[in-house]
Parts: sequence; C-alpha cells; structure tokens
Amino acid sequence: MADFLMPSLGADMDRGTILHWHKQPGERIERGELVVLVDTDKAEIEVESWSAGWLDEVLVREGETVPVGTAIARIRTAEAEKPAVPASPLPAPPAQATRPAPAAPTPVRVVPTAAPRRHASPLARRLATDLGVDLAALIGTGPEGAITREDVDRAAARPAAAAPAAARPTAAPPTVARADKQASMRSAIAAAMERAHREIPQYYLATRVDLSRALAWLAEQNVSRPLAKRVLPVALFLKAVGKAALEVPELNGFWRDGGFVPGEGVQVGVIVSLRQGGILAPALHDVPRMSVSELFAEFRDLVARARAGKLRSSDVAGGTITVTSLGDQGVETVYGLIMPPQVALVGFGRISEQPFAEHGLLGVKPVVEITLTADHRASDGHRGGRFLAAVARLLQEPESL
Amino acid sequence: MTRDELRALALEALGGIAPEADLGALRDKVALRDQLDLDSMDFLNFLVAVHERTGVEIPEADYGKLATLDQLVAYLAHETGAD
Repeated sequence: MADFLMPSLGADMDRGTILHWHKQPGERIERGELVVLVDTDKAEIEVESWSAGWLDEVLVREGETVPVGTAIARIRTAEAEKPAVPASPLPAPPAQATRPAPAAPTPVRVVPTAAPRRHASPLARRLATDLGVDLAALIGTGPEGAITREDVDRAAARPAAAAPAAARPTAAPPTVARADKQASMRSAIAAAMERAHREIPQYYLATRVDLSRALAWLAEQNVSRPLAKRVLPVALFLKAVGKAALEVPELNGFWRDGGFVPGEGVQVGVIVSLRQGGILAPALHDVPRMSVSELFAEFRDLVARARAGKLRSSDVAGGTITVTSLGDQGVETVYGLIMPPQVALVGFGRISEQPFAEHGLLGVKPVVEITLTADHRASDGHRGGRFLAAVARLLQEPESL
Repeated sequence: MTRDELRALALEALGGIAPEADLGALRDKVALRDQLDLDSMDFLNFLVAVHERTGVEIPEADYGKLATLDQLVAYLAHETGAD
C-alpha cells in the first residue's frame, strides 16, 4: 500500500484542488496513466501515476483543496508484498517532493483554462460536447466560478428551451473567473520574473548564424514529407541547444541553495505564448536523444496541449534550460530573462535575409541572431561563449543533428 | 467544391487555430498571419487542417503563395479543379 500525494506541480504551488478523479476505488492504474485532475488555483493539470497498482481508497474528494504533500489516495501497488515505495505522482522524484518549494512562482506552472472559452474542466467540456450543452450559457459553481460536470449535467437535464433563457442574463460570473485567471497568470509571471531580476546576476551574449545550410537541408527533408510531418526550423534550434547543453553542462541545471546543481539529462523548456496572453514553459524531455523529426512532433503536440490547457504533470516538470523563439513576431534579437531556478535561457530571433561576410566574400544569407542569458553565479562569459559557439557550429552541420 | 465552399472551409480551419478571432471581420486580401497573429506553428496547423478537409497536398515551396484568404481560395480552387 502506498500513499498517492498531492504533487508539487511547480515552485509556486503550495496547495491543489481535486477537480476530478479519473479512477474509482478498485480500478486498475497503469504506470503513467492519468489518475486525477488537479487545479493549482491558476492551472489545471492532469496528474499521472508513477507506479502501477489498484486505487484502494480516495482520501480527498472532488472539490476539496489540500496542501502539497497531503495523501490524496491510497494505492495498492502491483508488488503489494514488498514494502511500498511511496507512489509519488509523476514526475517528482522523492528528493524534490520533500524539498520546500521556493516561495516565488514561475510561469511554468500556470496552465490557464482555454480562455477565451469559459473556465470549465476538461471533463465538463467533453461532457458538454457529448450532451450538446452550450458552455457559454452556463454559470459555473466550481472553484472560482469554474463550470463543473454537475453544472453540465444540470443544464442537460433542463428542458432545452428554458436553459439558455434561464442562464444568459447572469453570465457575468464566469467572465469574472476568466479575468481572475488572467490576473493570476500575470502575477505568476511577475513573481518569477521579479525573482529572476532580483536574484540572478545575468550576463548576455549574442551571435549571428548563417542558416543557409540548415534551411537547405531541412527543405530537402521536407520535400518528401506529407504536410503534417514537415518540420519547422525551430526543431533544429531546439536540438542544437540540447546538444550544446551536453557540451557545456554548466548552463544546464539549477542554482539552488547557493550552489549549482547540474540537470539530469537535458530537458529543454520552451516558452509557449498563449493567444489570450501570458506564457507557459513546458519541457521537452531527453532532447539530445530525439531525432529532429521526433523532437518536432513532440514540440508540436506540447504547444497544442499548452494552448488548449491540457498539460500533464510530466509536461510541466523538469526543464533544465529554456528556449524562447519570438521569431515569427518579427524581432531580430530576443534578450530574455532566466526562468529560476534554471541558469540559462537561449533566445532565437526571426530568420531574415541579411548581408553576411564569410571568407572575404559578402553574400545575402538567411541569418538568425541567437542570444544567451546566463546566471553569472553558475558560469562565466567564456563558457557562455563556448555554448553559443557550439549551437552555431551544430547548426552548420544539420545532418548530424 | 465551389469557391464559397472552399472559403467557408478555410474559415472553419482558422476557427480551430484562433478560436477567439472574429472571422467575420477577416479581410480577404490582407495577410492572414498579420490579421490573426499566427506564428509558423499556427500556420502549419492551419494548412494541415485545410489539407484534411480538401485533400490538397500543399508543397512547402508554395506556402508563400498562400498569404491571404483570396490567394488560398484561388490555390485550392485550382488544385481541386473548381476553376
């Protein structure tokens, strides 16, 4: 028997609300399976199970809020005879689970509901779709005005004609809830960036890279791929950063308790901007081990889920270095702030045609400006320069990525 | 498919990418990416959605010809033989 704990889904999270149990007592749980949907006040995250077994008992009911680390269920593990390893939810390793969370929130943790739609749990949304209920016409009774599946059930039970008339005049509360979510998203970003600016002595480096070879290689690969499998240049950037982080490990990890803690593997956090405003930074895991096309497929899926408010506990955890690419919005250079407790952020500008001199010849080339913001406590400019040089070199050998 | 049908289908695909947008206010001759603030991932997803609805396989080299709704509809009309 093992306790299933309310996971820490980010440095800013000190409590969580159970929105929905996907499993009922007696049901089988596979490793990695979604067990419970948790709202972290500003975020809904699907929590996966770290171990296999059977759900024995639910200790915290839907709608209740408990501190991180509270036992929320009991799980009978597959090897029930063995003294149970605590069934910590994915992906928090026990060491991290017991570490007191730093006070400042980081944007990584903030999963907004898919505004501008109504704040409603994914379950309520699915149910609403199935039952043909218009979420816009409902008043949420859940936390912060969220529409729950009970609200949807109630609406579905009402006579069809009466439902909209009854609900529409009082549609204000969910709008307020949405505004609250936006405000808490803003304050979470504010807190993390204040912390970054206050605590981290950051240095900035930049380099320009000719992408002629990389883009030609990519175009050649894409010709034979169907539309849905085509890869965008950002995948090359992510892969190059992942490999460069292996070469210059002082930029891959965390500054904790006055010292540098190297990351385990390279998990590249990616800044995803949301259409309704705000950013998220979910992570791509084991980036150096993935092929460029695998990496892009994962990235595409991650961005889609981040924008739809459907991230899982394993998505939001563990970034060891972060990439931001504002490329398409037309800027040449991005000077970013580090996501604490990480120690480096890599920025990619827009790819644009520029005069570029090489070997005594001036040509017009597709050029990208790459910046590094790094924590001077963990590394020096020399190593930072080595890192950027490695990224630039790797982008010259796209076939080896 | 008629041009009107192709246009409606393109709008439907855009609605999935930019659910908050007022598609009724979309101008046919202004670049979609500027009007709807689409990044390259959004644009790829849009073309995938258009492909799923029309079966038209759009080579990467043609992306530049599809900047506006007008251009896209003309392209699709040509490829599906609606012209």
